Amino acid sequence: MSLSISITLNGRPHDIALDDPRVTLLDLLRERLDLTGTKKGCDHGQCGACTVLVDGRRINSCLSLAASLDGAEITTIEGLADGEALHPVQAAFIEHDALQCGYCTPGQIMSAVGLIAEGHAGDDPERVRELMSGNICRCGAYHGIVEAVLEAQKTIAQQDKRRAAA
Amino acid sequence: MNRFDFIRPASVAEAVAAASEPGSAYLAAGTNLLDLMKIGVARPGRLVDITRLPGLDRIEWDGDGGVRIGALVRNSDLAHDERFARTFPAVAEALLSGASAQLRNAATVGGNLLQHTRCAYFQDTASACNRRVPGSGCDAMQGENRLHAVLGWSDQCIATHPSDFCVPLAALDAVAEVEGPSGRRDVAVDALHLLPGDTPQARNALAPGELVVAVRIPADAAAFAGHSRYLKLRERTSYAFAVVSAAVALEMQGGAIANARIALGAVAAKPWRARAAEASLEGLRPTAEAFAAAADIALADARPSGDNAFKIELARRLVARALSLASQGTPEDMPALPASPFSTIPGATNVA
Repeated sequence: MSLSISITLNGRPHDIALDDPRVTLLDLLRERLDLTGTKKGCDHGQCGACTVLVDGRRINSCLSLAASLDGAEITTIEGLADGEALHPVQAAFIEHDALQCGYCTPGQIMSAVGLIAEGHAGDDPERVRELMSGNICRCGAYHGIVEAVLEAQKTIAQQDKRRAAA
Repeated sequence: MNRFDFIRPASVAEAVAAASEPGSAYLAAGTNLLDLMKIGVARPGRLVDITRLPGLDRIEWDGDGGVRIGALVRNSDLAHDERFARTFPAVAEALLSGASAQLRNAATVGGNLLQHTRCAYFQDTASACNRRVPGSGCDAMQGENRLHAVLGWSDQCIATHPSDFCVPLAALDAVAEVEGPSGRRDVAVDALHLLPGDTPQARNALAPGELVVAVRIPADAAAFAGHSRYLKLRERTSYAFAVVSAAVALEMQGGAIANARIALGAVAAKPWRARAAEASLEGLRPTAEAFAAAADIALADARPSGDNAFKIELARRLVARALSLASQGTPEDMPALPASPFSTIPGATNVA
């Protein structure tokens, strides 16, 4: 049984023929498109390491069947930076030591990008912690993660303001 | 995961026809189903992908102020819909207390209603489970069962329904619109999930092929908007299923309770509506004594199914606490920790 889907991945169109309907978005990215930045942690939607944006919203790619995503626009960690210029969330994670081993980091960053776009946290660290609770960090870098999310949110707001004024 | 046929129907009618074949399952976001397929608990021979069906992703208001929520509306979109959250605040709070932001972005209204129990023995194919394999027994009875049911359980099954969303829906008399091989019908959310009895495998009132296409909340439920809460006790602050939860809604008139609604979550195989407790509050002033008495009535029939007697007292206190908080008025803003009884606001009490 062959299923075909067309997706936009990190800004570029892809036509993909799936030989097996069981392929999750996570496995499609890692095993078939060689985008290994998105990590497989628990593979059950509990850890958040596989977080990507689908149509601008953060989801767990391990719990999404690729075959159901025809027409979707997908952004992974590989699609965030603008050439050599890091995305503000990436820069803030480095600045605030928001990682130790780094395995959860792509998921944390994609989740933070989604959180900032959703716009429900304000500048309240409690809301950031609550809204980042779908991303587990076994090294326990949570303190830096919350700081990084809050700073990146400010940076992005300033960028948006400058862009609106320009 | 087993192999399966993947069907992409173009209409509800096509979907219903495809899913009426034995061994079929509907696929919406898949946040519960795919997980169950990965662990071998669900083994559908055919998945009917309904995610692209037109017209099921809308929130529509009728002239009276009732709402019809399409089955494919995502949990987060519903919770953050400004009018919806203002009109049915306990439902929004329940939604935001469930799962994680990623899962809420994906999970649908219909999928939330029809999710399976998180009983560990149901999820472990090496364990006996009457719900998964009828007649095989119930390993939960002699197992780790501190989080299992205290109401409505049977000697066949002590699992609970895990949904937060369904608890205020049951309290507010919400109705599921169901489309099936023999047409469209309404099923009250309170009647959608079945208690286990002798047939725990029959977990809900849907016939094969039937599809939830929408959920309606009646206009009169909006009368509770000013005095509603959903409270949820968890074993960690966030991203956990309820140990016990309570949705309460009060209609206040002249300082007295004109109408009360109470439903409990994580205590039974369905959201547990406490009608006798509701009736006990009518006409009373909102006092601690009245709330404690109502909570006693709500849990009067509860009995432990294992090492979970503590849940009964916990549920009693949570009902009383939720009633007390609701009587003080729905919070103006969604709390930073939705549904948490543990406030981070300085000065607020954390003792029930």
